[in-house]
This record gives sequence, C-alpha cells and structure tokens, in this order.
Amino acid sequence: MAAIEILGLEKTYTVGFWRKKPKLALRPLHLKVEEGEIFGFLGPNGAGKTTTLKLLMGLVFPTAGSARILGMEVNDPRMKAQIGFLPEQPYFYDYLTARELLEYYGQLSGVASKERSRKVKEVLERVGLPDAAGTQLRKFSKGMLQRVGIAQAILHDPKVVFFDEPMSGLDPMGRREVRDLMEQLKHEGKTVFFSTHILSDAEALCDRVAIIHKGELRGIGAVADLTSSVHGKVELVWEGTKVPQSLRTLDAECHVTGDTVRAVIPEARQDVALEALKREGLRLISLTPVRMSLEDYFVQQLKPSDLAVGVTS
Amino acid sequence: MRLVHIASNTFREAVRDRVLYNLIAFALLMSGAAILVGQISIDIERLVVINLGLTAVSLFGLVIAIFIGIGLVSKEIDRRTLYTVLSRPVRRWEFIVGKFLGLAGTLAVNTVCMAIGVFAALLYVSHHFQKADGWLLVALYFIILQFLIITALALLFSSFSSPLLSAVFAFALFVIGCFAEDLRGFASMTQGVTRWVATGAAYLVPNFSALNVISSVAHEQPVSGQLIFYNTAYALIYAAMALCGAVLVFEHRNLK
Amino acid sequence: MKSSARITAIAGIVLVICMMTSMLLLRKLDQLRTGSTVEEVLYISSPSLLKRISLGYGGLLADVYWTRAVQYFGGKHHNGAQHYALLAPLLEITTRLDPQLLVAYEYGANFLAPKPPDGAGMPLRAIELAEYGIRNNPHEWKLYYQLGFIYYMELQDYAAAADAFARGSRVPNAHPWLKLMAAQMAEHAGDLQTARMMWTTMYQSTQDQSIKANAAAHLRALQVDEDVSVLETLVARYRDRTGRLPVTFSDLEAAGFLRGTPVDPLGHSYKLLVDGHIVVRVPEDLPFLKKGIPPGYVPPQTPKLLPTD
Repeated sequence: MAAIEILGLEKTYTVGFWRKKPKLALRPLHLKVEEGEIFGFLGPNGAGKTTTLKLLMGLVFPTAGSARILGMEVNDPRMKAQIGFLPEQPYFYDYLTARELLEYYGQLSGVASKERSRKVKEVLERVGLPDAAGTQLRKFSKGMLQRVGIAQAILHDPKVVFFDEPMSGLDPMGRREVRDLMEQLKHEGKTVFFSTHILSDAEALCDRVAIIHKGELRGIGAVADLTSSVHGKVELVWEGTKVPQSLRTLDAECHVTGDTVRAVIPEARQDVALEALKREGLRLISLTPVRMSLEDYFVQQLKPSDLAVGVTS
Repeated sequence: MRLVHIASNTFREAVRDRVLYNLIAFALLMSGAAILVGQISIDIERLVVINLGLTAVSLFGLVIAIFIGIGLVSKEIDRRTLYTVLSRPVRRWEFIVGKFLGLAGTLAVNTVCMAIGVFAALLYVSHHFQKADGWLLVALYFIILQFLIITALALLFSSFSSPLLSAVFAFALFVIGCFAEDLRGFASMTQGVTRWVATGAAYLVPNFSALNVISSVAHEQPVSGQLIFYNTAYALIYAAMALCGAVLVFEHRNLK
Repeated sequence: MKSSARITAIAGIVLVICMMTSMLLLRKLDQLRTGSTVEEVLYISSPSLLKRISLGYGGLLADVYWTRAVQYFGGKHHNGAQHYALLAPLLEITTRLDPQLLVAYEYGANFLAPKPPDGAGMPLRAIELAEYGIRNNPHEWKLYYQLGFIYYMELQDYAAAADAFARGSRVPNAHPWLKLMAAQMAEHAGDLQTARMMWTTMYQSTQDQSIKANAAAHLRALQVDEDVSVLETLVARYRDRTGRLPVTFSDLEAAGFLRGTPVDPLGHSYKLLVDGHIVVRVPEDLPFLKKGIPPGYVPPQTPKLLPTD
C-alpha cells in the first residue's frame, strides 16, 4: 500500500470581493509515495508546495481530486492519529512551556497518559532540547521553535511525517541534526514527505523527488535517474596553467586554479582532448564523468515552461 | 475527552494571558464603593452595593467575553497554531465546542470570584446577611447565562470575521439584546413587510432583558422558579444555536 | 468528505430546531415578564436622574419609554384595568428625556386624564404634563388645545379651557379654530355642538391610531345622543298629536315625522321601546353613550373601540 496517494488533486482560489477572479494554486496533481521512503517536494516559493500540504492535512478543501494517506481519506481521524505535521515557520502558544505544549498535543493525539511524560521527555532529547522543557515558548529562538515543531510532529510515533521547510531557521549544525533525524526516521520505517527549496538537502536525503512550479508538476523520480539523463560531459584536471590551443575550440569550460586547470568538455571530444594534452606534454591528474546537479536539472525544468506559460494568474 | 483538553487549554491560555487581573480592578472598585457608601449611610447602602456590584460583574464579564471570544478562532488562524492542532485526530467541531467550554469556564470562575467580592462588600455595609440576599445568587446565575450567550456569539463571529468586526457585532448585539423586549414592542406597532422583518429580527436577537434581574433583586423581590427554568432553557438553546452556526462556518472554511 | 457532510447536516438541523425553540421560549418569557416588569420599568423613577444617566442619548431612551407607555396602557386597557398607576410616570420620563416628543403629550391628554377604564383618571397630572409641554414647545398650538381639552372634558372648567384656547390662538400659525373655541367656551360650553367640535379637531389633528379610534368612538356617541334626543322629541310630538305612543317607526313614517328607518352611526337601526324611549340595538359597539342605552344594560369592563371611520 502506498503511504501517500494523490489523485488529481486540484485547487483554485477565488480572489477578490466583487469581481471574483480565479487563481490557480495547484493544477491536477498525480503523485504516489511508497512506504519507507524519504520524498522531497521541491519548488520555488509560491509553487504550490504549501498548498499541497494543506490539502493533504485537510486544512484546505480541494476544488477537484482526492488523496489518500495510508489508504484512508484525508479527514479520517484514524489516519490523523498516524501522521505528524510540521508547518512552515511554526508558532506555538506563547504562554505554555515546551513540556506543556507537547503534553497538550500528546493528549490530542491520543497518547496514553501513562506514557505521555516519558515520550515528551524522549522526544525533547531527540530534537536537542533536553533542558528547555520548563521554559515558556515565548522565550524560544526561531531555531528552538523549529525543533519543538519537529518534536510535536513525531511525538506520537506516526507512520508518515510531513515537514514543510524543516530546515528553515536553523544554522548549519541544526540542519545537519535534522538531516540525521530524518535518516533515522527512515530507518525506523517511517515515510517522510518534506517540501523545501534547498536543493542540496534534497539531493543528500531523498530517495525520490518531485519538482513543482506554478502549481504544476514538472518532474518526478529518483535523484540519480533525474540527473543522469544528462548531457554526457567529462571533467579533465591537469597540472600546470597552460590550456592547449585545440581545447579552446572544443566547447570547453576551463578554470585555472593555483597550479591546476579544470576543463569540462563533451564526452565525445574526450579522446581529442587527451591527445592534445599528450602532445603538449601536460600531465593528466584526473578524468571524471560529470553528472548534472539537481540544481541544474531544476533550473532546466523551470526555464522552458516560464517561456511557454508566460505570466499566469 | 479531547473536548476537555481543548477546553482546559483555552482556560489556561486565558488565565496566563492575565485575564484574571481584572479581578484586581473589580476588587478595588467594590472596596471603594463599599467604603464610600458606608460613610454616607442613608439607608440605601444595600441597594447601591448590589446594583453596582452586579452591574460591574456583568459589564466586566461582558468585556472579557467579547475580547477573548473574538480572538478564539481568528488568533489561532493568524498564528498558525491551528494547523498543528487540526492535523491531529481532532474534529473541527470539537475545536469550536472545546474553545467555547474553555472560555465559558473562565467566565464562570471569574464570576464566582467576583461574587465573593460582592458578598464581602455587602457584609461590610450591612453587617449581616439577610435571607433576601440569596436571590443575589440567582441574579449571578443569570449573569453567567448571559455570558454563555455572548461567548457563543463572539465565537460565531470569530469563526469568519476579523477581530475588530467581531467585537463590534458582539457588542452591538449585546446592547440590542438588552432592549429586546422593547424591540418586540416596536415591531408590533409597525405594519406590513416592516412588521415581518422587525418581528423576525426581534425574535432572533438575544433576549438579555429577561436575564437582567439586578434591580428586582436589589429591591429584595424573589425571582420565580418558572423564570429561572425558562431563562436557563433559553440561554442554553440560544448558545447552542450560535455554536451550531460557528461549527457550520468553521467546518467549511479554507484555512489559508 | 463523508463525516464533514454528516457534521454539516447535524449542525444545520440542530440550529434550525434551536432557533424555533428559542422563539417559543421567548414568547413564554415575555408572558412571564409582563407581570413582573413593573418594577424594572420604573427602576429609576426619577426622570432627572435618568436623563443624566442617558449620557446624551435621551432621544433613543425616550422612544423606548414611549413604546413601553403605549404597550403598558394598551395592554392593560385591553384587559379592562381600573388602575393605570404607571402611565403618568412613564409619560413624565418620556417627556423629560425628550421634551419635543409631542405625541406623548397628546397621549397624556387623551388617556391620562379620563376616568378608568378609559384612562388613568389623573386629570391634574395630565394638566401638569401639558403645561410642561407648552413650556418646552411654546409654538405648538396643539399643546394649548390639548390643555383646553382636558379642562373641558374632565374638569368641566370652561373658564380655564377658554384661557388655554386663547393662549394658543396667539401662537403664530395657530389653527383659527382656537380663537373660535375660546369664544364658544363663554356661552355654549355645555352644548353638544361644542363637544362635537372638540372631538373632531382631536380626531383630525392626531396621527396616533389609538387616539383617533378613541375620538371616533366619542363622536359616534355624541351622534347617538343627538339622534336619540331628536327621535324622542318626535315620539312626544306624535303622542301629542295622536294621543298614543307609536308602536313602530312606520307609524312615525306614516304620520310624516320620518322618512325611512333611522339608523345609528354604525348602520344598525334604532329600537323603539313600548314606553317611547329610543335605544340602540348593539350597545357593545357604542361606548361612551349618555342616551339610548337599553335598560338594564351593563357596559363591559373593556370598552370596544372600533377602528376609525
């Protein structure tokens, strides 16, 4: 059974008071996430990531289409007991302490009262806030609030967790910790669905990603697959600072750094380049196939449609 | 059970939001009045203390009910605390009803504290309790019933309107509701279409005039058991009506 | 969305049920309250205090009290009450809050002065109210007229009535009738014609439906009184001529005294009794009669005021 199944989910907002104009937030989306995978939902700001998450959480009602999580409907309380949600830049009840907040959420999620305090303590340690249990939330920094947010999402041991921009507000140490946490969750058999616009995180963590732009799905698949369907370039590194004449004509990008030169050339020209280096007597240090980065793929996916679609809504 | 949790969280929020500090202002008011009246002592001390005390209880509570009530839903939406609540197995209607119970409970506690203050002031000026003072409890009970209605209305407005508008509507309905009987009188003197519209409106407006027995209690008049019964039924049913409205609105609202 | 649809349905149904129940409860509450509203209505019985408390919104509050006064009197009158203790204070509060609410003075003149059950039986307070109205609205000729009306109708003080009419006639734009009435008072105060003029003016100058109905009823009574007098005079002349009393109106017709059967202002024919007296057929519909009342007839507690003609 797929952990998350999105079947043609669509959302159009009507904007304006008198003359209602429709604003398309999400075109019909089809998506499937298997159990136990870390799935990245990528896109620039305003692409529709948060809308999708809100539709999945039942906070917003779809104009068309449906979704199932763990085989159950989106507003089924049984399903909600098994999921966790971290909204973007979360904000909590100021006047409560971290412990009280998590106790409250535990109550609402149906965590048995016997286990509650233990679980609260455990989860606070897990997100790196062991000493903050008794501090009021209004005194928390942004990073601390983010951690509390993660804590409340995993407190009740859900099977599927949804994170909206989980790294936002965290320093590099914090981001590392969250990445590790997400890996751990995967090892525990949980499914993680998270949205982000930071591609390096997605590249490192995700089994599969989907790219969404202006409400439309632009690509979906494993990171490796997406980036390997690529243009076939190789990177040559050699000693010295000299760039052979023939290489300059070869559609190459050359960078001189210190006492080495790096050049990226089409794979088909590989032999020609090697010949040229040998002729000049330049010592080859390395020859590596170049993969497109996710960022390149991302930009590539987005650009043509910008031209095609133009300015929508 | 979740209802209770939401309710107690709402109560906790109100208390920590320093709502109960209003009791200090109230205590000062009552003590000042009691002492002042004790000095004058022209045989109407009881009357003044009861009238002033009960009116203050009513008005302070009204302000609290409106100012907290209007933010109950809108604040949670603005601050997005609602998202983490609704992503849990909490039904939307449970959220509304839980909030209502929490605020109603806060007001009840507040009223009880104030009641002690009123009785204390009364004791000070009269030096002993009379049997007729028991009717004060009925007046206080009716004031709590008023709070139930106002809270439900504030919650209803909060579920779809901005805090400022909600406050205006709620306050306006309170004032109109105090003159509800007169409004029905006005309506019966009109003709035709106006009559239908006016009568309809007059019956929909909350009937606070019947719940205000402050002056008769001040004059040591008893309150009939029938009135108590019907007022209770009316207040509960009217509050339920407003809550259903709130539930209906909230159930279908897109939380952007 | 199944559970959502269910919640919506349940909430909707409960809302409708609650709405209807609340309306029923309101009616019951209103019933319970009319008995006990008295004290609350006059909780602050000092008009000046009330004015100060009203924080400048005296106008609205005056309207509220005015409505209460009308409901109070109308309700009690409908039930045939003999005491209207609160009418005077209610009108006094109303006019204190809004001295320009002219209809309140009119109401006072018509319903505060007469004896129960037609009014509160407080002519002196009615006069005070009217004089207060005149002080605050010296250019309203109707108020002087109403003052004279009270003196004329309830106190039979024709001199004071004349004085009031005379004062009123000096107001710019006064109805020319006022001067006339002042003169009438001197010689013809007790005449039926004068009374008729008084009530006619009252009827024409008011907008208030209950006052109009009251005036109309009085006019009908005066008409009956006149008719009965005329008819009984005819009966006497018949007897003088023929030596016996007429049995039916046709006798009078045959003798040339009448043309057709006489009818009262409501269209019912009069009845000729064996002793020669004339009476009305449906006394319940004609309150305020001085003549033409069937023997042994006891008027009901509640005079029936038919709608205006």
